[in-house]
Amino acid sequence: MNVAISNTSEKPIYQQLFDQISAQILTGELPGGYPLPPIRQAAQELRISVITIKKAWEELERSGLITTTTGKGCFVADFSSEEMLRMRNDMIMKQMAGDTDYYKSFGLSLEEAIELLKKVY
Amino acid sequence: MLALDIRNLNKKYPNFELRDVSFQLEKGYIMGFIGANGAGKTTTIKSMLNLIQADSGEVRILGKKMAEHETELKQEIGFAFGGIDFYTRSKIKTLTDVIKKFYKNWNDDTYSTYLRRFKLDENKKIAELSAGMKVKYNLAIALSHGAKVLILDEPTSGLDPVARDDLLDIFQSLVLDGEVSILFSTHITSDLEKCADFITFVDNGKIVNSSDKEHFRETYRLLNGKESDLHQVKDKLISYKVNSFGFTGLIHAGDFDPALDIRATIPSLEEIMIFFAKKEETYV
Repeated sequence: MNVAISNTSEKPIYQQLFDQISAQILTGELPGGYPLPPIRQAAQELRISVITIKKAWEELERSGLITTTTGKGCFVADFSSEEMLRMRNDMIMKQMAGDTDYYKSFGLSLEEAIELLKKVY
Repeated sequence: MLALDIRNLNKKYPNFELRDVSFQLEKGYIMGFIGANGAGKTTTIKSMLNLIQADSGEVRILGKKMAEHETELKQEIGFAFGGIDFYTRSKIKTLTDVIKKFYKNWNDDTYSTYLRRFKLDENKKIAELSAGMKVKYNLAIALSHGAKVLILDEPTSGLDPVARDDLLDIFQSLVLDGEVSILFSTHITSDLEKCADFITFVDNGKIVNSSDKEHFRETYRLLNGKESDLHQVKDKLISYKVNSFGFTGLIHAGDFDPALDIRATIPSLEEIMIFFAKKEETYV
């Protein structure tokens, strides 16, 4: 598992963790059954608070990306490839919805936005 | 289980007063205790440890009342107030031999493990230790008598960034197994942004807020807006400043209407402390 935390980002740290880990799960980089590091160990290694890790893990669990077994820890959940695709698209669309608001604030039409997106992609 | 349970501590001095200081720390976590100089951090800590007598209130540590179990509890508490200003011409070894006699559960093996881990040389004199090494020596003593609660007053002040980082790393490794709890006061908020789980903020002798760090910051909003918009929020701001770029102010999240066209962000711990300090100024 790869995680890089930025302290200067506007994004809360638990959100950064959630985004990075969920992307790795939904691209199949972290396979079903992969064990996440124990909360307190992860906190020490990443130098962030225990509560922050807990929050990120809880968020991953709520989204159905990981499962928790009492006494054993957290594991990446098993998905079918259709489920994975659906969840990936949901997540990307959520992000796009936010970006779209920004484009709209400049009065961009969908066509104009697509044109610009093509240029930068 | 609560490592610390502080309820309604009051202490009146001619020019300063602790008022109804209450906060709780769950076992196995790190709490940062913040506040400006003179806000009441050290007075609170000393009252908790019965080093000064509070006028009223109750302190429970590891579930036991401090007032009734002081001697017993002090075996389980490690505390450090900055430096070591006694026996400064003695060697570490000599001072340790004196201190360890006071502790029933002293463990020589644990002690030598921590000396090695903290790279402390037993034959050095106290006067020869740097500020960081003194803090580490204090920690080594506390951990060797099996302390479960560490209460540290400004352990990181006076340390350079490398030594501070080193110390924070040690704090996090101490809470790894969930048995040790740490309360440390500081005014260097960057030390807390990362490693603290909970924040308790004391201002002018009163607890302003005590909660988990994210929640603590999310209680407030930092507003940036045009001076012409200031009147819409002015009454509700904790404090604000105006300059040629507009105004910046701190507000309780609940007092802010997000529909207003004013940029609102979640403040850092430092920004929260600064705007609370400004509030004091406006009253003076």
